[in-house]
Amino acid sequence: MADSYYDPHDLPRFPDIGNNAPDLAKKFFEWYGAVFADGALSAREKSLIALAVAHAVQCPYCIDAYSKDALEKGSDLDQMTEAVHVAAAIRGGASLVHGVQMRKHAERLGM
Amino acid sequence: MARTISLLARHAPLASVEHQRAALAALPLARDFGDAAQSAGAWPLRPHAIATLQINVGKLCNQTCRHCHVDAGPDRQETMSRETMALCLRALASTTIPTVDITGGAPELNPHFRWLVEQAAAMGRHVMDRCNLTVLTTAGQADLPEFFARHRVEVVASLPHYRATNTDRQRGDGVYDKSIAALKRLNEAGYGDGRSGLRLVLVTNPVGAYLPPSQASLEAEWKRELMCQHGVTFDALYCITNMPISRYLDWLVESDNLAGYMERLVTAFNPSTMSGLMCRDTLSVGWDGLLYDCDFNQMLELGVEAASARHIRDFDPSALAGRSIVVGRHCFGCTAGAGSSCGGSLAS
Repeated sequence: MADSYYDPHDLPRFPDIGNNAPDLAKKFFEWYGAVFADGALSAREKSLIALAVAHAVQCPYCIDAYSKDALEKGSDLDQMTEAVHVAAAIRGGASLVHGVQMRKHAERLGM
Repeated sequence: MARTISLLARHAPLASVEHQRAALAALPLARDFGDAAQSAGAWPLRPHAIATLQINVGKLCNQTCRHCHVDAGPDRQETMSRETMALCLRALASTTIPTVDITGGAPELNPHFRWLVEQAAAMGRHVMDRCNLTVLTTAGQADLPEFFARHRVEVVASLPHYRATNTDRQRGDGVYDKSIAALKRLNEAGYGDGRSGLRLVLVTNPVGAYLPPSQASLEAEWKRELMCQHGVTFDALYCITNMPISRYLDWLVESDNLAGYMERLVTAFNPSTMSGLMCRDTLSVGWDGLLYDCDFNQMLELGVEAASARHIRDFDPSALAGRSIVVGRHCFGCTAGAGSSCGGSLAS
């Protein structure tokens, strides 16, 4: 049994997920590859979005993979840091905007 | 950021090519380059006709970039003499080799650089200059853009990123601003407008232990950003992989990235890059006239395998045509991902 739920050596084993459902995995990885190709958004822009989402969902595998990928796609650390701030702003904003609900509850219950 | 100085000036062990070769040889790689080339049906690796004579005119440079595979810098004294340049021109005259690619160091700092350009251009050969841009801002070099334009020299200029952060991290504080000033001067001389035929190419390579971006994907963005931010235009973007040689090798060792980087290069081996490798149609000449298959072999002192033609004074196209190209583990740098050459990537 591993000492940790997360092991960096597990990332290259991601394709193993297809061992018991190969057709589903094939569809997923083909779609995944197509998603990140140059399109209306550049591959570099998509990589920055992925990096931001990785932080929003707090996936260490994704943060590892897309830190490297963003560099390899030509982003610099300023751009990557701003992408993480976007994720943080949405997460923080999502919490804060629920404060409106809190206020409505409080206003309904209060005198 | 600490100022970089050459490995030679630091008396660093990796200033010696023997130490560099030993560091690469000691790595537990999944396979060697010969095995990979064989699997791609390209072994032994043979040259095509020579299309480019690449002349490294010396290691003197006004910059000391952290990734430099030449270990160039202001302290380096190795400089090609006019006599050796004359031998290069004599070799050129005996062939129809169409392109002369002049590199360094900062090649413009060689006192005979302009003479070499004038002679090669007068022979009707296409001349390329690998320029670090900031040299245009040094004393006595302000008229270089007009000199280049007069001789229709293609300028291949280094710029790690269209923003300042990574440019200065790799090349030194203040380099970005000087580089932009130099690009504006080249634009003023007619370079990079897409119409004049005065070709201006930008070269980017990673600022760290990772592969370069896709040049097809990024060129439009670079053109847009440099135009928006600075009004600068250029013709093409080349994305080049860093070679695990000299100062970049030293950085990989110091940062504990060497094994991971080499593993990345080996894993990303792309067989489709083999036919376009620059070593197959380039002959590289060192500052002292010795011949190599490429500038990287030159820095590792891996001379051509042609016993009768190892120096430019003995230039013998038929002997060179029969040689096998010398390879090593560093060659994985040219075959990883989209591949890499002095002309940018090799595959889409």
